[in-house]
Amino acid sequence: MSQDHVLTGGFAAPPQEAARAFRAALEAMARPGRVQMLRGAEPPEPLSVAAGTLLLTLCDTTTPVHLAPSHDTAAVRGWIAFHCGAPVVPAEEAAFAVGRWDALQPVTRFAIGTADYPDRSATLIVETEGMAPPNATLTGPGIELSHPARLPEIAAFQANRAGFPLGFDCYLCVGPEVIGLPRSTIVEAL
Amino acid sequence: MTEPLSPDQAARRDRMGILARAEAAALAALMPPAPAHRMLRAPEVGAVMVRGRAGATGAPFNLGEMSVTRCSLRLETGEVGHSYVQGRDKDHARNAALIDALAQRPEGAEIERIVLRPLAEAEAARAQARAEKAAATRVEFFTLVRGEDQ
Amino acid sequence: MYVAVKGGERAIEAAHEWLAEERRGDTALPELSVAQIREQMALAVNRVMAEGSLYDPDLAALAIKQARGDLIEAVFLIRAYRTTLPRFGGSEPVDTGAMLPDRRISATFKDVPGGQILGPTFDYTHRLLDFKLMAEGEAPVARRAEPRGEPCPHVLALLDRDGLMEPQTPGEAVPPDLTREPLEMPAGRPLRLQALTRGDEGFVLSMAYSTQRGYGRTHAFVGELRIGRVPVEMEIPELGFAVEIGAVELTECETVNQFTGSKSEPPQFTRGYGLVFGQSERKAISMSLVDRALRWEELGEENSGAPAQDAEFVLYHCDNIQATGFLEHIKLPHYVDFQSELELIRRLRAEALGQREAAQ
Repeated sequence: MSQDHVLTGGFAAPPQEAARAFRAALEAMARPGRVQMLRGAEPPEPLSVAAGTLLLTLCDTTTPVHLAPSHDTAAVRGWIAFHCGAPVVPAEEAAFAVGRWDALQPVTRFAIGTADYPDRSATLIVETEGMAPPNATLTGPGIELSHPARLPEIAAFQANRAGFPLGFDCYLCVGPEVIGLPRSTIVEAL
Repeated sequence: MTEPLSPDQAARRDRMGILARAEAAALAALMPPAPAHRMLRAPEVGAVMVRGRAGATGAPFNLGEMSVTRCSLRLETGEVGHSYVQGRDKDHARNAALIDALAQRPEGAEIERIVLRPLAEAEAARAQARAEKAAATRVEFFTLVRGEDQ
Repeated sequence: MYVAVKGGERAIEAAHEWLAEERRGDTALPELSVAQIREQMALAVNRVMAEGSLYDPDLAALAIKQARGDLIEAVFLIRAYRTTLPRFGGSEPVDTGAMLPDRRISATFKDVPGGQILGPTFDYTHRLLDFKLMAEGEAPVARRAEPRGEPCPHVLALLDRDGLMEPQTPGEAVPPDLTREPLEMPAGRPLRLQALTRGDEGFVLSMAYSTQRGYGRTHAFVGELRIGRVPVEMEIPELGFAVEIGAVELTECETVNQFTGSKSEPPQFTRGYGLVFGQSERKAISMSLVDRALRWEELGEENSGAPAQDAEFVLYHCDNIQATGFLEHIKLPHYVDFQSELELIRRLRAEALGQREAAQ
């Protein structure tokens, strides 16, 4: 395995870049559907810049990560090991999961929390094709009226919302762009 | 770990241990001129949770953290050096990573002789000094023998 | 009623300035350096590291200086600092059997392999003030002897070999961590040991003492007490194998406790365990007694209702930072809370007086 992709591509100035990225990640979850920019990471293919930046910002040795088949490569594993130290685990044990939507299926495998601790749930970092054209309308907390969005599927997010306050949360990434789709968001087909 | 370490890995494990336990000033005094290199992970201060075992050999438990500084860099010639050293001294971590990388070069034996061996000897001398003081406080029990039929 | 909470900033600034001046004390005297505290107040430094849950003698010494010698305040500073550090991982469990001990004693066997090593102990001193220390400039030198290089196995391993000790349970590879997840009851032994090792020395000591005085008696003998440095090893994700990342000084105490057997267990010796950062033997012995007292349920013993057997009571009250935070907050402004108390008492008084007058 060439170490070039593995050992490079972390934050150049970790405290500042991680703080900026964390702010953007919070903003994305607080305002579902609104595009935020996440930059700083230069991860190996097929990780997007946004997904790589999220991993650097949110993951460490205490956050088990699941890699969907689309992203389970030696380079990605090595990059996560060096930059985050996060263990790579099966879907059921994951705090975070990364991959294309089809590769993450079935999403019912992921943790949705418990009645006492709804926060003990997975966050899915989904690589998508693009943010347009919209195929869904989002409403709910953090959205004033409604917000259009391009989602890889509708039904799964409706089912996820139905289990609120349990459920998984999602980041949808393309390049350096990200939108948040928390479990609280109501999704309707456009 | 299931697989035994290769000779290179075992040498690296020993080397990184010596560098981590060395006194920062002692390492700095032994450093050769730093070769051209690029940081992969600039010296970063963090913590490691130290674990013990209940009853010394039973279930693991968390004892408390220790401060650790780590660094990774790549020499212009391609060798990658890693370090994890106790404390918060960034120079210590960078020097340790440089030595780890230099030891992989053809002149590694020289690094072993001028840096690693003196550090290991200094550490052994510190341990010996404590062991000698401890030995002086070892209790020598003697039994009083009574009676005349010796 | 709403009470203004603004104002006081200048008073606070002035208070902090005065605090800094008081901390320095008489400027005609030399200032204490952090290195001096680290070297000459080493046991205070150890206590701050143990209860602050961070092994870093320089930082603990700095905290003591900043806190003007208030050790609980120093522990608070260390606890606050450690939350800012990224965690690189967890170590392999330390191997205390491989320790080259500075001190190693057994109260149960006179002749143990490796011998009884007293180390730098206060034991057998006469506890008379040494007025010579008021004069400066002494640099005492310890005597030395040739080490025998014998291995120093754990004393309890000898009893273990004869099958007289309770067997150990292996447990989970990654233990629960109360600095990451809130403490939940029932708490398993790994969680209890973590809480005790960072618990307040005075509290743990008193709990241990209460068991000796009969509140949950466990008949403890110090099977072994050892102090020394052990290397700390951690698996490095980017290398795929474990390397030593440093060494820490630890105090370990293993007690042997009489156990007459229960429905599930035959008569045998049981264990209490203490392991603490630094040279902290009062704490390590206390910890092992309280650990043993808390084990009543898993050993099938009777709960005598003693405080030291009550895990919820011990674990929720042993942390001096939690305790001091809650305790000391009551001195901060509670103007609104108290206003309602005042109104309530006035109303009740008026009602009571009104009733008395009506009766007359």
